[in-house]
Amino acid sequence: MSHKVKDATIPHIPTGARISRWIGRNLIRIYAVFAFTYLFIPVAYTFAFSFNDSGKSNLIWKGFTFDNWQNPCGAPEVCTALANSIKIGFLATFFSTILGTMIAFAIGRYSFKGRSTSNLMIFLPMATPEIVLGASLLSLFLVFQINPGFWPTVIAHVVFCISFVVVTVKARIASLDPRLEQAAMDLYANERETFRRVTLPLVAPGIAAAALLAFSLSFDDYIITNFNSGTIKTFPEFVYASAARGIPAQANVIGSAMFFLALAIVITGQIVGRKRKVSA
Amino acid sequence: MRKIRTPYLLLLPGFAFLFTFFILPIMNLAQTSTQTPVGGGDTGQFEQTLRFSNYLDAFLENKEQFGRSFVYATIATLLALAIAYPLAYAIALKGGKLKNFMLILVIAPFFTSFLLRTVAWKQILGEEGFVVPTLRTIGIISDSTTLTSTSFAVVMGMTYNFLPFMTLPLYASIDRIDPRTLEASGDLYANGFTTFRRVTLPLSMPGVVAGTLLTFIPAAGDYVNAAILGSPNTKMIGNVIESRYLKIVDYPTAAALSFTLMIVILILVTVYVRKAGTEELV
Repeated sequence: MSHKVKDATIPHIPTGARISRWIGRNLIRIYAVFAFTYLFIPVAYTFAFSFNDSGKSNLIWKGFTFDNWQNPCGAPEVCTALANSIKIGFLATFFSTILGTMIAFAIGRYSFKGRSTSNLMIFLPMATPEIVLGASLLSLFLVFQINPGFWPTVIAHVVFCISFVVVTVKARIASLDPRLEQAAMDLYANERETFRRVTLPLVAPGIAAAALLAFSLSFDDYIITNFNSGTIKTFPEFVYASAARGIPAQANVIGSAMFFLALAIVITGQIVGRKRKVSA
Repeated sequence: MRKIRTPYLLLLPGFAFLFTFFILPIMNLAQTSTQTPVGGGDTGQFEQTLRFSNYLDAFLENKEQFGRSFVYATIATLLALAIAYPLAYAIALKGGKLKNFMLILVIAPFFTSFLLRTVAWKQILGEEGFVVPTLRTIGIISDSTTLTSTSFAVVMGMTYNFLPFMTLPLYASIDRIDPRTLEASGDLYANGFTTFRRVTLPLSMPGVVAGTLLTFIPAAGDYVNAAILGSPNTKMIGNVIESRYLKIVDYPTAAALSFTLMIVILILVTVYVRKAGTEELV
């Protein structure tokens, strides 16, 4: 803001000095560009190699082709693994979002005896390394002679997703203006109506964000899944298992497609959110 | 009366679930850790003998991997902090209209499976990638030096994979800083560096604590980066636990190692949070 005024009062600055001043002022932005490049190098690599005419092992560039995109299920097991991951992801998201949102309302909205213990109970699973979570659950299942497989994996995912849901929804509840609910009560809405017509719609974006987070955590999990999935194979497990001999290009297709799909969902959500804000 | 019961009713299903599938398993893990193999039984048969020296044996046998896990995780956490702080700062204070878009960019790599991205790093840094031949041509590394299968690759992979976990909480706490406090600092003749050191950094400490925890904890227990980007010489404690559990079927040792890992992390976290002096964790 003040820079513009200064620029106007000093008419002639040598080009070299101007460039170095520009760099000085925008150093942090230039840095951000580099940091984002670093974040996206492997994403770009994965995308590029989804077009590789590679045959079975996708290690070396052999030529451009659309074949992998036209036939994403071409490599054996890729789509079965993907389907498993999606099913497990949806179920884990569903249960963890419901359970986590209820806990978030209890902790965020009420003061009660045992509140700090409840906070600890939410923090503990996040402070436990995944490998301990996965290994301990597996040994419990073994004690009860439950075979690892589909449902044990869903349960394991719910365990580590709940805490993230609670934290996300709780943050949204904390940012609510209490006067909105008071206003509803003043307008003769009872407790239930206030919750349904005022509180819940206001918290909804937080719940949606939590659900999206839970799905991506579940979909991307390898460590806990590996312990509890038994003979069921998820997409990350498929990638891990084929990493040694080179993963098929179809896996890159699915990874890239998921990337663009999720990006589209998030950006649409942002636009819808902004429109609602403008119209409200 | 109903009002007093409401929070407990809301907590009940979730906590019943967490008790059954988080607390019970941890208790069971503690119980398994002191068992010994049944004499003459099949592999995978153990009985409770309260053999606490399992812990000592397991630790002494794997102290190298333990040490490596904590060293790697510490370096990766510090690197991630160094990379993420300026990035979070840029998004929060210089993002302008692009703020939300840049935030999406931070989480976007998540959507391509982290395993695919780790494998991508392996190939980018590998013999057939473009980095190694280029560095050799310039003469930065010798012909015999490789980048994959080294500690460098493992630490780099962990830094990369946990970077968003570091960036997001940092962003959240820097974004909460009232810009007027920074202006006030300038008005009181603090230069840019002093303002950062005395105002911005202290106010963003909750984000630093949350980010370092969210990076360090999963990094210390990680074994995927070491398995894909490392070699037998870069094995971490996670690799040992995984193979004891799933390949060697030595549950007591695996349980003792898991429990030790968890306790060490909890102690470190508690000390760290006390020192950093923040109450609100995430």
